[in-house]
Amino acid sequence: MADTSMTETQMARPQIAGTQTEGEPGFSDFVQLLKPRVMSLVVFTALVGMVVAPVHLAPVSAFTAILFIALGGGASGALNMWWDADIDAVMKRTARRPIPAGKIAPGEALGFGLTLSAISVVMLGLATNMLAAGLLAFTIFFYVVIYSMWLKRTTPQNIVIGGAAGAFPPMIGWAAATGSVSVEAWAMFALIFLWTPPHFWSLALFMNSDYSAAKVPMLTVTHGKRSTRRHILAYTLIQAPVALALGFTPIGGWVYLATSVVLNAGFILGALLIVRRDEATAQADKYRVEKKVFTFSLAYLFLHFGALLVEAVLRGLA
Amino acid sequence: MSYFKPDHEIYRRRFSRNVGVGVALAAFVILSFFLTVEKVTQGNPMRSIKGEGFAVTAEDQAMKDALKASQGTTGASN
Repeated sequence: MADTSMTETQMARPQIAGTQTEGEPGFSDFVQLLKPRVMSLVVFTALVGMVVAPVHLAPVSAFTAILFIALGGGASGALNMWWDADIDAVMKRTARRPIPAGKIAPGEALGFGLTLSAISVVMLGLATNMLAAGLLAFTIFFYVVIYSMWLKRTTPQNIVIGGAAGAFPPMIGWAAATGSVSVEAWAMFALIFLWTPPHFWSLALFMNSDYSAAKVPMLTVTHGKRSTRRHILAYTLIQAPVALALGFTPIGGWVYLATSVVLNAGFILGALLIVRRDEATAQADKYRVEKKVFTFSLAYLFLHFGALLVEAVLRGLA
Repeated sequence: MSYFKPDHEIYRRRFSRNVGVGVALAAFVILSFFLTVEKVTQGNPMRSIKGEGFAVTAEDQAMKDALKASQGTTGASN
């Protein structure tokens, strides 16, 4: 995992200046450590990956699989919070997370994350199959080691490559049901993978001071906002055909295609509005358009996977 | 100070954590039980309730049927 471009300081475990763990953490503090909002995305996409698969799991196995995919995702979130506690303390958006807030000691978060990771992988393997368990283990490794420890602090492409970690859940859901990975699983992976950069870059446009203060080399910090706006448009243009292509696989259909056409048109329109704006205009209206595109991008992903779910229900009724 | 409800913040947090861990462990035990039942009965819990134990795959069942059929044939010829 060592990279020659990384300094010893970057490789060293982060120190959180002035943070003290007072009292004892409550149960809700450990829940916060799992990044519940990210978990909701993991649960939903993994569930869709499992439901649209041609083979179906028995109910308890399916429930167990979703539960431990979600907990595995949460565990990687806890490990990410342990490693990034120093930058979380600097950024306004993350300063109230349990470790920088002093509610949970870094060592506790590390132990919690590692234990939960191991339990999640073992239980998913027992409930479904070794391929799904292996993919979950790789996802946790990718998010914690490749993204958090390596890419996040070293390259403006952090979110592009790191986006793969968030793209794995539907593939794990599919693998849990079928025991294999096919073109449909890769198509769902590609959709989330290409959605991640414009989603986070639109966030970075109005949270730039946070990343700048934390010295995280987001594209907005290293290449400026002008370049980031162009990157958002480029990725939405690349994303559109990939999203539509999913509609032509056996899990797609007319409902998905119609939804995808509307959503991609909306996302491209939003990206065009972003690229036409300059920083002065954006600051004047407090990044109104950028915030709208960020919110729209969340709906974009949920509605795409929702449409896949509808297609699966329609196939079941036919 | 109430005996059952310590009013200090530290006790409240410790209590919430203990309850959370207890509930999580209980849920894990229940989930493991039902997962085991499902695994050993091929998703048919009624077979477990009736005491019809271990899992039988389609291949196992086909082999059993074939064996029974061949024994039946042998028995008939004898």
